[in-house]
Amino acid sequence: MSSEVVIKAEHLSLTFETNDGPVHALQDVNLEIKRGEFVSFIGPSGCGKTTFLRVMADLEQPTGGSICVNGMTPAEARKARAYGYVFQAAGLYPWRTIGGNIRLPLEIMGIPKAEQAERVAKVLKLVHLEGFEKKFPWQLSGGMQQRASIARALAFDADLLLMDEPFGALDEIVRDHLNEQLLELWAETNKTICFVTHSIPEAVYLSTKIVVMSPRPGRVTDVIESTLPRERPLDIRETQEFLDIAHRVREGLRAGHGDE
Amino acid sequence: MKRLWNRFGPVITVVFGIIVLWYVMAVALNSAWTIDKLGRTGGELSVVEHIADTWSQDKPKLPAPHQVVAEIWKTTVQKSITSKRSLIYHAWITLSATLAGFGLGTVLGILLAVGIVHNKAMNLSVMPWVIASQTIPILAIAPMIIVVLNAIGVTGLLPKAIISMYLSFFPVVVGMVKGFRSPDQMQLDQMRTWYASKWQTFWKLRWPSSMPYLFTSLKIGVAAALVGTIVAELPTGAVRGLGARLLAGSYYGQTIQIWSALLMAASLAAGLVAIVSLVERFTLRRMGMLR
Repeated sequence: MSSEVVIKAEHLSLTFETNDGPVHALQDVNLEIKRGEFVSFIGPSGCGKTTFLRVMADLEQPTGGSICVNGMTPAEARKARAYGYVFQAAGLYPWRTIGGNIRLPLEIMGIPKAEQAERVAKVLKLVHLEGFEKKFPWQLSGGMQQRASIARALAFDADLLLMDEPFGALDEIVRDHLNEQLLELWAETNKTICFVTHSIPEAVYLSTKIVVMSPRPGRVTDVIESTLPRERPLDIRETQEFLDIAHRVREGLRAGHGDE
Repeated sequence: MKRLWNRFGPVITVVFGIIVLWYVMAVALNSAWTIDKLGRTGGELSVVEHIADTWSQDKPKLPAPHQVVAEIWKTTVQKSITSKRSLIYHAWITLSATLAGFGLGTVLGILLAVGIVHNKAMNLSVMPWVIASQTIPILAIAPMIIVVLNAIGVTGLLPKAIISMYLSFFPVVVGMVKGFRSPDQMQLDQMRTWYASKWQTFWKLRWPSSMPYLFTSLKIGVAAALVGTIVAELPTGAVRGLGARLLAGSYYGQTIQIWSALLMAASLAAGLVAIVSLVERFTLRRMGMLR
């Protein structure tokens, strides 16, 4: 793994002005993410984990500090289509087939037709949805729809994948399955993934680095480098090492809540 | 059979009820004339004869349904459609202006909605005028539009179509502004992450998302367009069109003619709305928005 830095945040802060006074969504966040890492952001709601992801994606503007994405500002990174973003809901267009939905960003980016078809086939294979290209979203289950939305984020082959609680609305069995597939996909594509979640097992199972955050003001309380191997079968979750990391995450979350 | 009854039963029942009520009202309203006539000529009528007379007068206050149907039959099937007495001929005059006005109104409505959604100044300034335009009674403004356009040499179908447009663009603007704004924040953010242009966001997201709103607006708009055309035919001494038939009927006390024109206008409106509904069902089903 190279040690090239993909994301670098320094003293990053973001304050929303609301009618009830300022809300400190992010305060003095310092973080470095290297190429090929799988980073989870975990914390209670209001801790700024989604806000941080949105800042990286240039969907929110920071009010202080600086952040680099692929050596660029977030705005430049967005223009360069340097990242794919997976939202909480699949957000597939009902009037487009699965293939058509995945093609959507490619059409917007003006990629030639022949190449579009090639890429759609490739990412459908990555998320194990071969044969569903001509189906409409309503013909697919929730888990399959979310996989299609991941395929759509992968279609234009950005190095960075930002995922905002993508499996939050799915049941646990489907979730386990998708987590496993996501790791597989990460191993195959070698992308850098930033993953927002509020599930401790999910964060520990997936990540090489876990960023624990706490609310009011939103800040990073702990950054845990996972010692788990990259190759992770589902039953790794019963090993002592796994439980130790999960314990440390829980401690970090509790510490963040302590000074309230 | 049962399924058919479930589907059409309620409609048939209501129509039957209306027809019964109509006959009863015809007796009530036309009796005075029957009694008056009897007073002048003398003689006596049984109840049955009395009722029959109220249903067969030449210029009744309220013509009975079968009289209207007979008149419609006489003026549609039994007349050549090029005849000035053919109701189909008049209906076509009105329909052509309605369709032109509806088309113009739809285009104008969509263009205004696009402007309102994409331009801050238009968003703040246009809507109040659009609403104000509808508070002016169309009956007051229609003759002026016709006269002004006549003065600059525009006659025939276009002035009527413009008045029809005036009524039909409104539901389209209101509906389409809502429709273009119907994509949620997540869908708009998604477009942003792909660095999509405003134009791309419009064609790939806003326009398809607005389809259900468009068809709802079109259904109201097409009925309003017909009303607009008929109103435009009323005050201007037009000699052709359903409006002209209504006006001529009321000049000469030809209630049967008025009612047959009214019924024709109503079926025209129903037909137009039904066509829009059909296109709507087909389109939305194809777009996977109707399931």
